[in-house]
Amino acid sequence: MLSTVKGMIQTLSSTWRGLRKPVTKLYPENPTVLQNRFMGFPGLTWDKDIDEPFCTGCMVCIRNCPTQCMTATMKDNPKFADESSKRRKIVDEFEINLNRCILCGICVDVCNFDAIVMTHEHEESGSYRDGSRMKLDGLLEIGGKYQTQSGWKPAPKD
Amino acid sequence: MMQDQQDNQTIDMMLNMGPQHPSTHGVFRMELRIDGEKIIDVKPHIGYLHRGSEKLSEGEQYHQIITLFDRMDYLANFNNELVYCMAVERLLDMEPSKRTEYIRVILCELNRIASHLLYVGTIGLDAGAMTPALFSFIGRDRIQTLFESISGARMMHNYFKIGGLKQEVPDDFVRMVKDIMPVIRRDIDQTEKLLTFNEIFLSRTKDIGVITAEQAIDYGLTGPCLRGSGINYDVRKSEPYSVYQDFDFDVPVGLDGDCWDRHWVRVKEMHESLRIIEQAIDKLPDGDVASPLGRRLIRPSEGEVYVKAENPRGEIGVYLVSDGTDKPYRLKVRPPSFCNLSAIQLLLQNSWVADSVVILGSLDIVLGEVDR
Repeated sequence: MLSTVKGMIQTLSSTWRGLRKPVTKLYPENPTVLQNRFMGFPGLTWDKDIDEPFCTGCMVCIRNCPTQCMTATMKDNPKFADESSKRRKIVDEFEINLNRCILCGICVDVCNFDAIVMTHEHEESGSYRDGSRMKLDGLLEIGGKYQTQSGWKPAPKD
Repeated sequence: MMQDQQDNQTIDMMLNMGPQHPSTHGVFRMELRIDGEKIIDVKPHIGYLHRGSEKLSEGEQYHQIITLFDRMDYLANFNNELVYCMAVERLLDMEPSKRTEYIRVILCELNRIASHLLYVGTIGLDAGAMTPALFSFIGRDRIQTLFESISGARMMHNYFKIGGLKQEVPDDFVRMVKDIMPVIRRDIDQTEKLLTFNEIFLSRTKDIGVITAEQAIDYGLTGPCLRGSGINYDVRKSEPYSVYQDFDFDVPVGLDGDCWDRHWVRVKEMHESLRIIEQAIDKLPDGDVASPLGRRLIRPSEGEVYVKAENPRGEIGVYLVSDGTDKPYRLKVRPPSFCNLSAIQLLLQNSWVADSVVILGSLDIVLGEVDR
């Protein structure tokens, strides 16, 4: 009997503790603060010096993706012809199926050109069937947004 | 009179529990044969969450399989990553740096606390207590936020790499872990105070679902389920892997092998985990965490290896066969949850229907690992 009362007091005091300050937040109004390293959807980065994407469409991320969620093609870089860029090839088309992407970050690890980053973007929805298949311009957009937000810089070359 | 008795003759009833029952902790179906309120027999049906992880592994390169291990026991991701990385490292005959090992141990023990906190919350829910679940999730969320700042994800980290870590931990890693320790200790104490010696909880779990030491060994139970029966077996102590031999910690052992003992062992384990983290963070050596393999394709020479480690749920084993290519020839996992679940028939026979939920909860299964 005594221990039952003790338990009740314990529970009641916990209830009081819980009443004082809520630990939960209402979602759309107060979005969670993301940590710096948060891995959202992958995006492509933009080389501001030369004004072209870092990505050359070399397909190394596509071969290493565990879920095969990406496709890419490359083309001859027009800026290489007039010698304003050192990239012989440049990405032509790039598509990531964000429904298949498992946000593992392997593509970022294997990329040799720092062309792909895990952005902080994590709220995506589409109203049509291919809405979650993000094309090159969309990927560059979320990548560019991440670049300006977090001050991302390519790794220094040795 | 005789006729009347014959008419009222009771027959066994078949009662379906699951697969969408909230107390089965996933998609798990139990076919109970009950006589009144007494369970006569139980037939477990598993496989609702089967994703073929083992077969999928045969088609993936070694560094991609880590993502599959993240999704196997989804409450102890770091522990799962560790055992797979250890298996491939043994195949390659290489050793990661000391700093890598220490960071791995710290993260694994934090993950063990997070997993056990969730267990304490859910066993409370199973026994009819709502409050502990709410309080334990606060502590678990703190740990997950710490994980997010380290690995970039709250659950599916993909942070351990073969031979190292994906990237160096943040600069304020030591401070973050040291800051979180007293908070987590308070959270654990708060949750524990609400539940462990509560009169109602004691009467719901004491002498319920008893499994003796001999039976537990026969059924191949490991982890807290085995230690609850009074057997001191912990892979971290008996066959120390990684750097566990450097730390001073105790293995809590129960007495009777009932639901409460299994619960108590887990609660005490959380405190031991905190002790390990404290020692590890003090001794954290400097060094490099990057894998010496770099971005090279991992191609172990022919051979096979069996590596085991202590998960929050028990002993997880990975049997890995390499045929010299960049993909494993065969990968077999010995999941602790699956082996612990095999005792469900023994535990549930001749118990009450109302206790079945608590007994299943005390085994602390994760269906992602049972079905793989």
